[in-house]
Amino acid sequence: MSQVGPGLRATAYVETEKLNNPKDRRPVEPGAAPPVVEDSGISRWVPALAIVVLWVVAWVLTKGTHTLDLPSLSRTDLHDRLTEIQNGLLESRSTNPFMQFTNAIADVFRSTVDWFQRLLSKPAFPRPVPQIGWLGVTAIATYVGLVVAGWRIALLVVASFLSFGVLGYWDPSMDTLIVVLISVLLAIIIGMPLAVWIGTSARANAVVTVFLDLMQTMPTFVYLLPIVLFFGIGTSAAVVATLIYSLPPIIRIAGFGIREVPTTTIEATDSSGQTYWQRLFKVQLPMARKTIIVGLNQTTLAALSMATLASFVDGPGLGKPVLQGLRVNDVGTAFVPGVLIVVMAVMLDRTTTAASERSERIARGGGHANPLQRRIVVLGGAVVALVAVYLSRTYVSLAEFPTYGIGRSISTAVSDFVSWITTNFGGVTGGLKDGVTDWLLNPVQSVLAESPWYVSFLGIAALALVFGGMRALAVCVVCLLGIRYLDLWHDAMITLNMTLVATVLVMALALVFGVWMARDRRVDLGIRPLLDAGQTIPPFVYLIPVLALFGPSRFTAIVAGIVYAAPAAIKLVADGVKGVSPTTIEAGRSTGQTTWQEITKVQLPMAKGSLVLATNQGLLYVLSMTVIGGLVGAGALGFDVVYGFSRSEAWGKGAAAGLTIVLLGVMLDRITRAAADVRRDDGPGTRRAFNVRLPIGPPGT
Amino acid sequence: MTAALSVDSLWKIFGPRSDKIIGTPDAELSRADLKAKTGNVVGVKDVSFDVAPGEVFVVMGLSGSGKSTLVRLLTRLIEPTSGSVQLGGVDITSASEGQLRDVRRKQVSMVFQHFGLLPHRQVIDNVAYGLEVRGVPKKERRAKASEIVDLVGLDGYEKSYPDQLSGGMQQRVGLARALAGDPEMLLFDEPFSALDPLIRRDMQNEVIRLHRELGKTMVFITHDLAEALKLGDRIMILRDGAIVQIGTPDEVVARPADDYVKDFVSEVPKAHVLTLKWVMREPRPGEAMDGPTLPVTTVVRQAARAAIASDAPIRVMDGDTMVGVVDEEDIMRVVVAEEEA
Ligand SMILES: Nc1ncnc2c1ncn2[C@@H]1O[C@H](COP(=O)(O)OP(=O)(O)OP(=O)(O)O)[C@@H](O)[C@H]1O
Ligand SMILES: [Mg+2]
Repeated sequence: MSQVGPGLRATAYVETEKLNNPKDRRPVEPGAAPPVVEDSGISRWVPALAIVVLWVVAWVLTKGTHTLDLPSLSRTDLHDRLTEIQNGLLESRSTNPFMQFTNAIADVFRSTVDWFQRLLSKPAFPRPVPQIGWLGVTAIATYVGLVVAGWRIALLVVASFLSFGVLGYWDPSMDTLIVVLISVLLAIIIGMPLAVWIGTSARANAVVTVFLDLMQTMPTFVYLLPIVLFFGIGTSAAVVATLIYSLPPIIRIAGFGIREVPTTTIEATDSSGQTYWQRLFKVQLPMARKTIIVGLNQTTLAALSMATLASFVDGPGLGKPVLQGLRVNDVGTAFVPGVLIVVMAVMLDRTTTAASERSERIARGGGHANPLQRRIVVLGGAVVALVAVYLSRTYVSLAEFPTYGIGRSISTAVSDFVSWITTNFGGVTGGLKDGVTDWLLNPVQSVLAESPWYVSFLGIAALALVFGGMRALAVCVVCLLGIRYLDLWHDAMITLNMTLVATVLVMALALVFGVWMARDRRVDLGIRPLLDAGQTIPPFVYLIPVLALFGPSRFTAIVAGIVYAAPAAIKLVADGVKGVSPTTIEAGRSTGQTTWQEITKVQLPMAKGSLVLATNQGLLYVLSMTVIGGLVGAGALGFDVVYGFSRSEAWGKGAAAGLTIVLLGVMLDRITRAAADVRRDDGPGTRRAFNVRLPIGPPGT
Repeated sequence: MTAALSVDSLWKIFGPRSDKIIGTPDAELSRADLKAKTGNVVGVKDVSFDVAPGEVFVVMGLSGSGKSTLVRLLTRLIEPTSGSVQLGGVDITSASEGQLRDVRRKQVSMVFQHFGLLPHRQVIDNVAYGLEVRGVPKKERRAKASEIVDLVGLDGYEKSYPDQLSGGMQQRVGLARALAGDPEMLLFDEPFSALDPLIRRDMQNEVIRLHRELGKTMVFITHDLAEALKLGDRIMILRDGAIVQIGTPDEVVARPADDYVKDFVSEVPKAHVLTLKWVMREPRPGEAMDGPTLPVTTVVRQAARAAIASDAPIRVMDGDTMVGVVDEEDIMRVVVAEEEA
């Protein structure tokens, strides 16, 4: 991947320095070549439109033939061969060294989780209750919140933990936290050395980034199938999936923080004669601390979202009741655990963010006015927590959370509310659903999926060439050939269609709200916290309200995808438009342009890099959601995967669907990236943004 | 006396296969041509010079002429492509990592244009950093650091954090950090170009004061000729990575080696820089030889008053021997030439 060379940054620096300090203007060595001006040529939309027109003509002439439609419950030979491979691997479990290795790891994870569960959430034989009861756990968590982040966060932690118990989901909540905790600890242990490596070596960065990109292009869901194969279902699969999914953010973001430590500082301290380790521990890590904690925050949230999704492979925790509810289309049941997942996300997010802010304050000397008071709080809190642990071990009522009926009443109320909505507003939501389905979803789908496969193949490849150039074309052809080989072409086109339609809608939202936010500070202040909150919620949870409104259908998956992807895209567009230099805008205004001209002729073109990046992110987010949407009637590839989980003879088809999803993701990612690179006049902005691409979206700032 | 620093045909070429270029005809190409032909950029091209102990040696050149590269090569913050650097008796170019660390800890310190301070440490701990990496115990290094903080005029700011200080104060911290290890040599890479002119003058005077008080050898990089003339015992001018001229300030102004240097020095007020050495002449026959005497190192401007006051030409003395004379007209020629320029 292309890097922004230090040269570019240095040039920018010299520029600003000159502006700020005209006296310091220095002559430049004569003979330096002027920058090359590249002709961006005609707009790419003209040939793109031509291709679409040709495609539609071909569709009209040939529609319905060679579509490779495969009925949803049938399989091909390839799928059965994959299933056989799986069976073979499972049979060789005791002889194949790799399987033995993964099984051993799985055992370690299982027993670790089990140990924690007996500590926190399930009876520790011979005790009828866990080692530490709810009071002790809540006290310890609160104490941690108090020490790392202050008393406000401590209050938030108490409230969250009490809500887990009061709403009747204490044990699943603890299970989710256990999986998150173990995965995050492992992610730190594995991720930090890698972060240091990519932060200090450009070559390592290039290599590792390729892998991270691939990992982050893959929709969450897709990890699960191979993991189940090698680690079995249940807690071990949940931990492995969560670990893998939560690794990239810490590696990427912490590595970025380390790399961004100014060269001058490194040189200055190197010239004092420091060793490698002194440089690392006294300079690089402390200076990157804030970014590292941002990485930790993102890793924690990623872990939570995967830990809930792992209920698909029978992982323990809050995801399970949500999944049960969604499976039978029972919003009431899914609602309360869904809310608790959100509560947990907010708690984890706020705690890590506050911890980062606090550590930054302390590092800057704004720490504790009164060290003695701090010591009393730390020691006193520890004593209180220990007493609470002791009490919770002694009294059963403090060990087992008392049962309240609130959770159940809320479920019932929600169910009633949903049926009330359906009866009263069914017309409105149904109309919306039918409108989008009839006017957008179906027409595009029929062109994509009802054309002969080779027509769609050529059409997609031609568009890739137009938007992304030769490199994108090459990747695209490889991906399409792979998809064709996997025998799920028709389903792939349907999923692709849902993804494209949802992304178009996401971009429409992103343009409207992004531009509005960029032009009006008050709007920004009002909306941004909502978007930040939206980004902390695990995707799984989005399905619940959407399902309540629209019932199971393709449209539901699309709406969930839009809701999931929109915050990131809106923020990217807003930041991109806001990044347009005020001087340029003033210069434009001085020519007397209208507001509309200002937006369309200055702000949007100059923010093109951000728009492309927002599209890229939108596509990947939406893709991962449309797949999860297989659960709520979206059909196509998502359904194939879900079906593969549930029926052992369909494992091969599920795996093929998973691979197809990966190929789709890689294809969409590469085309949009290449599109960002084709236009040199975008400047380094896009590519730079891609380099620091964050998995869940930029950290809330 | 042996040189404090001795650099011998030092090269630095950036880019792929840079080691394959030296010694081939490609090495003779201009920087632009080499870049076009091989993609390599010459940073420093066949540079040799010596610096005497206690000397202030200034390196000058326009942006991109290779000054920063050169100064980083001296302590191998950048690996040289070829050539050698001797520093305080150690061959830097072949030193092991441990030896190199030792040299950096005890013999040379560096001051940087953008300070390079650690934002998460108080001033005192920034200053003590060099001692800390050597393993000096906390109490001792803080005591030493606080002495140095006083020396650079920052007493009272020990507990501040870098971002609470102005640019000039931050650079004083940078200076203090360099001084704390009591090195024999200081390297400055454009230390004052990020500061505004008044502060810059203060800091220049500070360096002159410290040099007088501590007598350290200094290599000072700048792109500002006035600064070079003010501080330097000798000045080296670089262009495209290669040496154009090495000489004392008055030599450089009086006898620029080529048009490049001439252009550089054209705006210098010559009467402020040139000494009598460059304007004196042989006495003409019959000229009165009873005028006042002045040492040959006197700057022209300072000699002007005496020359106007006296009817007889001034006798220019090198120690006890007369080496030439100057009269009012000789001096006016320098001053007027300048005004016409
Ligand atoms: N790491 C590098 N890779 C490639 N080229 C480099 C590198 N560092 C410096 N150069 C090139 O070497 C040349 C000399 O750079 P250097 O930084 O030494 O100049 P300088 O005289 O210090 O300029 P300035 O006054 O702007 O600081 C420049 O042409 C620069 O582009
Ligand atoms: Mg420089």
